[in-house]
Amino acid sequence: MTEIFYVLSGLFAGVAAGMGMGGGTILIPMLTLLCGMGQHMAQGVNVAAFVPAAIAALVIHRREGRVSFGESVPIILAGICGAVAASLLAGGLKDEWLKSAFAIFILASAVARTVTGEIKRARAKADGNGKTGKENDK
Amino acid sequence: MKHGVVKKICAGVVIGAVNGLFGAGGGIVAVLALVYICGYREKRAHATAISVILPLSLATAVIYAINGSVDWHALLFTAPALVVGSIAGAKLTGKLSPVWLERIFSLMMAAAGVWMLL
Repeated sequence: MTEIFYVLSGLFAGVAAGMGMGGGTILIPMLTLLCGMGQHMAQGVNVAAFVPAAIAALVIHRREGRVSFGESVPIILAGICGAVAASLLAGGLKDEWLKSAFAIFILASAVARTVTGEIKRARAKADGNGKTGKENDK
Repeated sequence: MKHGVVKKICAGVVIGAVNGLFGAGGGIVAVLALVYICGYREKRAHATAISVILPLSLATAVIYAINGSVDWHALLFTAPALVVGSIAGAKLTGKLSPVWLERIFSLMMAAAGVWMLL
């Protein structure tokens, strides 16, 4: 039976990801809250499930010439070091601690997203009412 | 020039750390880090984020797998559904109000965060 919830969670998170709203942050709570999976396992499933999706995105964008690797090399190398260290750290944390940290992370990003989004829209509206804003050129 | 490399290294460590610790959120953090640390414009940050996320996710996935933190049975059902869902999501984009979608999505994430803390 749990398999049905795995599929539903994947579909739902996929739709959110496809619309550019970040699917990983939604798949993990679905797996823990809906399917009763542990936090470590949910994070592991999420990151593994996103590898094929990341490959697909990269291939499509690269074909359209929107991605250049050359200047990203320092970011990628430093990023791999950070990712390995943090993954090892996560592996050593208690499941409840990791779950709480993750909960705070998504809560904070939801608040930040709402605030910045509303400010951006309010500003765009003000610009539309007469003043010309340079913000639109960015 | 050297200054730019230092900034890139800082951004990389931040993106990698979040991706590794939470197994998620790398994409969002990547765009933010590239804009605020490296001073990229949003469009360039998005394009760069795509090239950065795959190698970092791979590195994270390998460590999680070694630690035994990947439920392969669940992955078998979740990963294909995720691909199907994201194709559907990409096609739906533009047909629904993006403003309200964002608001509903943020509300859901906040609710999930509170629920997980309880």
